[in-house]
Amino acid sequence: MASAEIDVKYVAHLARLALTSEEEKSLGAQLGSILGYIEKLRELDVSGVEPTAHAVPMVNVTRADEIRPSLSHEEALRNAPRQANGLFIVPKIVE
Amino acid sequence: MLNQLTISELTAKLARREVSAREAMQACLDQIARVDGKIHAFISHDAGDALAQADAADKELSNGGRTARCLLGVPIAIKDVLAVKNQPLNCASKILGNYISPYDATVIEKLKTAGAIVFGRLNMDEFAMGSSTENSAFGLTRNPWDITRIPGGSSGGSAAAVAADECIASLGSDTGGSIRQPAALCGCVGLKPTYGRISRYGLVAFASSLDQIGPFTKDVRDAATLLGVMSGVDPRDSTSVPQPVPNYVAALDGNVKGLKLGLPKEYMIGGLDAEVKAAVDAAVKQYEKLGAEIVEISLPHTDYAVATYYIIATAEASANLARFDGIRYGARVDGNDPIELYSKTRGAGFGAEVKRRIILGTYVLSSGYYDAYYLQAQKVRTLIRNDFLKAFEKVDAIVTPTTPTAAFKAGEKSGDPLQMYLSDIFTISCNLAGICGVSVPCGFTQSPKLPIGLQLLGKPFGEESLLKIAHAYEQATPWHLEKAGL
Repeated sequence: MASAEIDVKYVAHLARLALTSEEEKSLGAQLGSILGYIEKLRELDVSGVEPTAHAVPMVNVTRADEIRPSLSHEEALRNAPRQANGLFIVPKIVE
Repeated sequence: MLNQLTISELTAKLARREVSAREAMQACLDQIARVDGKIHAFISHDAGDALAQADAADKELSNGGRTARCLLGVPIAIKDVLAVKNQPLNCASKILGNYISPYDATVIEKLKTAGAIVFGRLNMDEFAMGSSTENSAFGLTRNPWDITRIPGGSSGGSAAAVAADECIASLGSDTGGSIRQPAALCGCVGLKPTYGRISRYGLVAFASSLDQIGPFTKDVRDAATLLGVMSGVDPRDSTSVPQPVPNYVAALDGNVKGLKLGLPKEYMIGGLDAEVKAAVDAAVKQYEKLGAEIVEISLPHTDYAVATYYIIATAEASANLARFDGIRYGARVDGNDPIELYSKTRGAGFGAEVKRRIILGTYVLSSGYYDAYYLQAQKVRTLIRNDFLKAFEKVDAIVTPTTPTAAFKAGEKSGDPLQMYLSDIFTISCNLAGICGVSVPCGFTQSPKLPIGLQLLGKPFGEESLLKIAHAYEQATPWHLEKAGL
């Protein structure tokens, strides 16, 4: 298992999460001790053990591809922080 | 005091027209007005809407409509993580802003179909991440038995509201103990059903392979009633399982003669409080008196459960919480480009514990670490699940303490996340294994007087037998009848 050092700044960027420098510092220390604790999983030999993603495995749950009632346009936009002309407004992406 | 009644007591009185649903709802509202300034179980509640629902129930009751709708006129309060149409939903976070749910969760639809008065938004740890309800953007919830102490978490508001008789029953969610732990610390019954038993459509996701919805009630019979109402497969949740829904209430016959209960030797750990241990030992003796057979069992991977959980739960949370980005709903902090907008919105909107878990979860999934952490944890999860399946070949249920100690003081563990995580040691394995579990009151500490919880763990989809075993103990002991002196 990897070393118990987290590059908090890098991971925060991956998570799209702005942190203050105080938060970076305290998170780094706390996560270091949590990762140190988690290291104990290395003690176990898991060769040949299948991973469990879900305790009750359900496979290929599908439904008929039919038009069904859903939220109206107005309801879907009701909680939008900014909207206009029936659309979500976001910062410019393409110059 | 109508607000103190159980579901079965209240529905009997309503059926006989001795009381009205409005009187019952008003009694709950009066209790909220009297005690919630101290307890703060509720983030908000809409008294007018609750009374309007009560009036509608009374109208139907006077037309003889009770028989078909088993919760008609029963006030049930809801954790702030479940969508109730046209009510606020915040997950006790700032990031959802003024969000109003556009639809009902499946469990809410089912409660409404059964006639319940669905009201209130109950406080919780932000996004259900925590064990004390101290991680709420809406302030602390206090334990009704001692307001200097925490009610447990993450469903602390749900447990405190039932313990303080501010509602007849409530709903919560349990990812690693978030129903059973607060139920134990507040002295009520809390049930985490088997993974897949109840649809999670309309439950804001924390860790999708672990989350389940469940009830908080004043006795086991009410838990059985609510489980029956809420269970069943739902096409809107592909992880709900098409298992038949038995009549859980009918199974409560008080008879545990010949049933085998397992005592895991690994749960008698060093940090277990002496009074908690004594109460659980006494409960085990009670079961022997009732005719159950006690068998020592082993769950050898118990010691790895907390580490496994905090990899899997945070990994899933980091993915689930990506949706809170300030674009489609909730609060927004503007930025010059979308990435800046996402980062600033999330930095301003999430609290400290949520940030900690997002960072940890992102890290364990990141390139180069996935196999070492996430895959390893999923394999250990298999070992933990196999421990339980093996134990259930020998026993009908497993008996443990719900928590290592009674309720701790507010602020006592909030500075040390690892210590807080370790307080979930007895409840976490149940979610990893996907089995069912319930906490029932089993005594009190002496000074101060604080509730102690007994945890019973059952086979996958074995709620019928689990609740029967819990009910037999409850009916033989006085603990569930005690009230917090508020």
